[in-house]
Amino acid sequence: MAKQRIVSTSINGNPVEFLAAPRQTLLEVLRDNLDLIGTKEGCSNGNCGACTVIFNGRPVDSCLVLAVEAEGGELETIEGVALTDGLHVIQDAFLGQAALQCGICTPGFIMSTKALLEENASPSEDEIRFHLAGNLCRCTGYDKIVRAVQQAAEGVTN
Amino acid sequence: MRDFEYEAPMSLDDAVALLSGNPAAAKPLAGGTDLIDHIRTRRLEPDLVVDVKKIPDLNVLELGDDGLRLGAAVPCYRIYGDPQIAAAYSAVADSCRIIGGTQIQSRASVGGNLCNSGPAADSTPSLIALAARVVIAGPGGRREVAAEDFCTGPGQNVLESGELVVEIVFPARPAVGGSHYRRFIPRNEMDIAVVGVGAAVELDESGQSFVSARIALAAVAPTPLYVEAAGAALAGQPVSDEAIAAAAAAAREAATPIDDMRGTVEFRKHISGVLTERVIREAVARARGEETGYRIGQ
Repeated sequence: MAKQRIVSTSINGNPVEFLAAPRQTLLEVLRDNLDLIGTKEGCSNGNCGACTVIFNGRPVDSCLVLAVEAEGGELETIEGVALTDGLHVIQDAFLGQAALQCGICTPGFIMSTKALLEENASPSEDEIRFHLAGNLCRCTGYDKIVRAVQQAAEGVTN
Repeated sequence: MRDFEYEAPMSLDDAVALLSGNPAAAKPLAGGTDLIDHIRTRRLEPDLVVDVKKIPDLNVLELGDDGLRLGAAVPCYRIYGDPQIAAAYSAVADSCRIIGGTQIQSRASVGGNLCNSGPAADSTPSLIALAARVVIAGPGGRREVAAEDFCTGPGQNVLESGELVVEIVFPARPAVGGSHYRRFIPRNEMDIAVVGVGAAVELDESGQSFVSARIALAAVAPTPLYVEAAGAALAGQPVSDEAIAAAAAAAREAATPIDDMRGTVEFRKHISGVLTERVIREAVARARGEETGYRIGQ
């Protein structure tokens, strides 16, 4: 077996070191080694976006990143989104618009939305739909998710 | 996933040494959006994965008087994220905007898309249309091949044992030039091309005649297909429905697709002509600086 390596990262603003074998994906390490189980496994092949995390400022599918690639990198996961005194505006919007049912895709959608709004504070509906094309939801039919992103963009917390 | 070793060399020489030291069992890793999935499904079984993203040569993205240098590991988002590059080499930017979703574009590279050598690769027709050359490094030194000569069959290319692609170099764009790539898919996003067409045109100063043009197709042959005859049908001709129809006919003629779940031979040949016409018109509009109607998912 290939030797495990020590990987030094920042996760949600905190320095984190972990051991990882080259064969382990970032998703596996987040969930199985670091107990950050908010990030979900859906398809494990880069189609569904359930495992989306923000890696060095960009949304990525953590199932398609080797954990050892995170060396020196900055990671944001769903666990880092809520504020200390309440939910993030995006989380509020998803609740307010009932933009989830089973909830498995939701952490991925929220991370993708966060990345979108950091880059484009007032996206059009088209831009929202294309930006979120890499996130699949089998429950909602997407319209409620799009409305949630629009609400979040307006900063409205109904 | 199956076990493998991982190295992340900081220099091209070290990468070549690692890849050529174990050529049958080593694979370069750029964005990993295909490689990691292929390892997981055991389509590939490398013993060593060589992460090439820390090598400066493979991260170059430079627009200059001589043209564009695009490092093999540069992810898609950096290309369309640079307004000057997206304007001058718009076919490549068009390709990068439709390869997978946002998460994939954060990681996937044009170099990786080329090296996978899939017949339906969305960026390769743009490279061919823009007359790009592929810079390869290996144990025998450096060499260059034209983008249209890189792929040799489905999943096959000219890379020899221990070689890797360093960068893709594009000549400077003409004063009155435009380019475009689009594909046909039965949905708006996140699909594999049924047919894809890339075109680059150069017009005369008046913008009324073609000086030259290059056209390449995806998903209609065992490799991305350079259709020299389609460009020849435009060169020296006034920009007219007749000239564009002749180029479209040449593209339709050159296409040798297969029947599969995405489309029939007849349909793919037909679409090759339709898309070629539309892509040329868009490239002409861009060359003229006109407002164009194209948007993703159209």
